[in-house]
Amino acid sequence: MHPIVKLVAQRLSLGILLLFAASALLFGLTEILPGDAAQAQLGQSATPENLANLREEMGLNRPALTRYAQWIGGILTGDMGNALSNKLPIGEQIGKRLGATMFLAFWAALISVPVAILLGLVAVRYLNRWPDKVISGSTLAAISLPEFMIAYILIFVFAVKLGWAPSFANVPPDMPLLEKLHSIALPIAVLTMVVLAHMMRMTRAAILNVMQSAYIETAELKGLSSFEVIRKHAFPNAVAPIVNVVMINLAYLVVGVVVVEAVFAYPGMGQYLVDAVVKRDVPVVLTSGIIFSAVYIILNMIADIVSILSNPRLRHPK
Amino acid sequence: MSSPLLSVRGLKIGATVYPPDAKPHDIKIVHGVDFDVEAGKVLGLIGESGAGKSTIGLATMAYGRGGVKLTGGTVFVNSRDVLLSDRRDVRNLRGAEVTYVSQSAAASFNPAKRIMEQVIEAAVSQSKFSKNDAQARAVELFRKLDLPEPETIGDRFPHQVSGGQLQRCMTALALCPEPDLVVFDEPTTALDVTTQIDVLKAIKEAIRDTGVAALYITHDLAVVAQVSDHIMVLRQGEMVEYGTADQIINAPVDEYTKALVSVRSIDHKEKTPSGEPLLRVQNITARYRGTKFDVLKDINVDLHAGQTLAVVGESGSGKSTLARVITGLLPAREGVVNFNGRELSPELANRSQDDLRELQMIYQMADTAMNPRQTVGTIIGRPLEFYFGLKGAEKQKRIKELLDEIEMGDGFIDRYPAELSGGQKQRVCIARALAAKPKLIICDEVTSALDPLVADGILKLLLDLQKVEDVAYLFITHDIATVRAIADSIAVMYQGEVARYGGKTEVLSPPFDDYTDLLLSSVPEMKLGWLEDVIANRKMQSGGN
Repeated sequence: MHPIVKLVAQRLSLGILLLFAASALLFGLTEILPGDAAQAQLGQSATPENLANLREEMGLNRPALTRYAQWIGGILTGDMGNALSNKLPIGEQIGKRLGATMFLAFWAALISVPVAILLGLVAVRYLNRWPDKVISGSTLAAISLPEFMIAYILIFVFAVKLGWAPSFANVPPDMPLLEKLHSIALPIAVLTMVVLAHMMRMTRAAILNVMQSAYIETAELKGLSSFEVIRKHAFPNAVAPIVNVVMINLAYLVVGVVVVEAVFAYPGMGQYLVDAVVKRDVPVVLTSGIIFSAVYIILNMIADIVSILSNPRLRHPK
Repeated sequence: MSSPLLSVRGLKIGATVYPPDAKPHDIKIVHGVDFDVEAGKVLGLIGESGAGKSTIGLATMAYGRGGVKLTGGTVFVNSRDVLLSDRRDVRNLRGAEVTYVSQSAAASFNPAKRIMEQVIEAAVSQSKFSKNDAQARAVELFRKLDLPEPETIGDRFPHQVSGGQLQRCMTALALCPEPDLVVFDEPTTALDVTTQIDVLKAIKEAIRDTGVAALYITHDLAVVAQVSDHIMVLRQGEMVEYGTADQIINAPVDEYTKALVSVRSIDHKEKTPSGEPLLRVQNITARYRGTKFDVLKDINVDLHAGQTLAVVGESGSGKSTLARVITGLLPAREGVVNFNGRELSPELANRSQDDLRELQMIYQMADTAMNPRQTVGTIIGRPLEFYFGLKGAEKQKRIKELLDEIEMGDGFIDRYPAELSGGQKQRVCIARALAAKPKLIICDEVTSALDPLVADGILKLLLDLQKVEDVAYLFITHDIATVRAIADSIAVMYQGEVARYGGKTEVLSPPFDDYTDLLLSSVPEMKLGWLEDVIANRKMQSGGN
């Protein structure tokens, strides 16, 4: 068997195993959370009796292992069950929410990834000169500010003062694409600024590391221009670390949007999860959690596989 | 008379250094050298490391490695001063008029790109050839350089060809754009002697057939004598002597050149073994964990007290693995090691303190074998404490004795390794090994990283110490000249087996087995026309078969 196929198969099976481990961890963590859905729903009016009744009705009294098995079994067969709080099917709800989050993440990624890599290349080309300093400095500033802060600044400037974009990112399904993009312009800007710095700095560092290699000197002595040296000789060898950091940031765009979605009242996964936690709606928390885990694991697995594929020694064995 | 292809006048090169404990300051690397290279001629640049050879070579391409700055003088290539050229002109010069072959082709080829793409890159990007023409030319060069499958070798990635082949690909890379001048920077230094001779031949023929001029940089005078028309000897950034190859080799004038020519002239009479051997390696077979391939196959060698066994062979022949088995770092699969009348445990962890003390090691890279944060005194003092429990004044006295023995004096006690030269570092490592009062020292390529004259000093020291301390050496090396200088008996290793074993004179005298013959005849000799003689000899032999 080609070693690549073997390595990829290994990574895939490891990913599945990891997903199971994540599900167990999630379940364990929700178990030790204080309070439960029955308590959250009844609130102040809870008496021991109706608490017990509601728990019985919600199926909270069964042993943990049974509930875990039932939940996992359901997910494996495609049935995510119903929410405890409003009895709506979780699958349908998540479908809508995940779609919205993915929409936001997709556009943020489409802008931030190429810009980050390009800025990284430019920073290396003009290393320690003013373009590098400006790029490094401004991205560092962006990464140092909390994202809600950036969000409120942008809202203040562009929504309140200039009126260029709405501060509420509302995207009904029947809205035309351009209007949708206008609607989510500010959240995209915030997310881009947050992930840009990380990716750009990693690109810069990875390429700088490669620039020490003897084959870069060879390329320079061939009379190639600085940018050709970086693009043709340094970048292909820096792909692995760059892909890694890009994937981690893509995962962040899906999983880490909770704050941004809350600020812009965007109806995505983040808000859904926050609501579910407040209501102690364990099935929803679990299912959202497992989806977030899957996104992380899949993206990182892709990064791993790309790293493996970018190594010519593995792609073309002796 | 037309002006020469390359004309260098008063070239001064400096650099800014950033020492750890002091302010950054400028140093001078090259203090004004003058030389010319005529079209189609080869000039050899020779000298120790730090003499400025590579720096001068790269200066002809207006290139300074790292923080190196070209501070003065003129470098005319084709009657144009490259130091005054703007960036665009410099780029047009590099890869078109002047090209470069580096010491390590393995590091100088981009691992992510196919060989062909890299070989033709300069020729195509400088618009000297169309892509198709450049490829045709590359294939032609591959053929001329005796590379296997010249039509398709370019489709491979650098890791898919051997070191010697890659070095020839690098030569093709340099010749592909039809340059006027090629700078060869130690192109065969990293290769085994048996590979070196093929690459050397390929380079020499390629230079002859293409009529290109060359700067050939090396520290090995015997090698440069084979390819050069003229030779310039450099020392500490200054020209020491300049002349035809014939004059430099046969009638050197300067003292330093004379020393270089007569290097490796240590005369060491072999001692005959007597009595019980100190070290008996019996039927050793070993492989690395997780592999299914024996790196050592049924090795049997003896070493007597106070004598030297040289283990010689190419990289990958199993020399260093043998040392790992003897020291216990790699337990053997079969066979035993007897030392000083007792059987050594295969595992390092099960050996007694005396086993450890009596068997010391010295390594190739003295740099990495010492803790850079410890002073020389601490480094040498450590085994004194550990094995003999010495403290205070007693320990200081012994450290001074040891420093005396390695001819360094007690002024070095408080110095750090970074303040020492390469040869001094290796001497400190020798003192550290001696501090344990060992019966056997395993020396693993201890002179390979050193300049010839410095290496000679180390070998002389080791021989003197052997007389005084009665210590035995297991001397691992790939260098036959070193073997001649120091060995009493020799084991020639080839592909994990001992190909030839016996007393020095016996092993180095005919009749030879095929491998030893190849190995010995590949060692460059300080003689003009040696390369041609060897090649002619080999052709005759293979023709006769």
